[in-house]
Amino acid sequence: MRVDRITVLNVVTAIAILAALYLALIQAPDPANVDSEAQRYAQRIIYFHISNAWVGFFAFLVTFLGSVLYLWKGERRWDILALSSVEVGVAFMTATIITGSIWAKPAWNTWWTWDPRLTTSTITWLIYVSYLMLRSALDDPARRARFAAVYGVAGFVSVPITFFAIRWWRTIHPVLFDASNMGLSPNMRFPFFFSLGAFTLLYFTILIQRVRVEQLADRVAQLKASISASIR
Amino acid sequence: MGYLVAAYAVFWVITFGLIFSISARQRKLQQELEALREIYTRQGRA
Repeated sequence: MRVDRITVLNVVTAIAILAALYLALIQAPDPANVDSEAQRYAQRIIYFHISNAWVGFFAFLVTFLGSVLYLWKGERRWDILALSSVEVGVAFMTATIITGSIWAKPAWNTWWTWDPRLTTSTITWLIYVSYLMLRSALDDPARRARFAAVYGVAGFVSVPITFFAIRWWRTIHPVLFDASNMGLSPNMRFPFFFSLGAFTLLYFTILIQRVRVEQLADRVAQLKASISASIR
Repeated sequence: MGYLVAAYAVFWVITFGLIFSISARQRKLQQELEALREIYTRQGRA
């Protein structure tokens, strides 16, 4: 029996995500210095919340690189990569913002506050949702790709600002890492880093499928053009 | 406990939503491609 590489990747990703879920919910220790039972449970949200944010930022970095390569080389494949990565990134950023808000309720006693990290995350999310909306508003494929590439490069400015917001400004958002300190106890690190790895794998698995959809759409468009040309 | 369940449910709903949306588009395009290939082949024969 022949098993293709994509099937293997799908299975490995599913196992990795289930293992990450087990580590986050069962194996990870209870955090110290929490006041209530609700906060104790809510702390386990951070494993998937931060992994979602990591994938969102990484996806937008891939879009930035794809956009630069498209502007440089003018090859459609880089435009496909940039577009596909935005779609995956927006989904993961949406999950980041919602799971963060759910975590905030027991931790900060509010669903939302205009903290620098929350504000910059929302702006980043809006920038990339606009990328998708603006793309769908342009008909000419070459103009759309060029415009999206410029937008993909300019829009990326929001990602480092969001990442460093908790280091540059006064904020109530926790800082897990800085140059000298790690905000996780040693036995929380393995579930945390495993989750980051599993989510990175999930990102690539979904991205490959999304790229295939765009390539398929191109083949359909080419065939339609050939058929109408032969009718004329 | 409720917050934990809600947060993980959000993650699963968004992830599966994205995967199903991509699969549905892929399936639809695959069907369209098959139909167009058939038309193209018939045109070639005519």
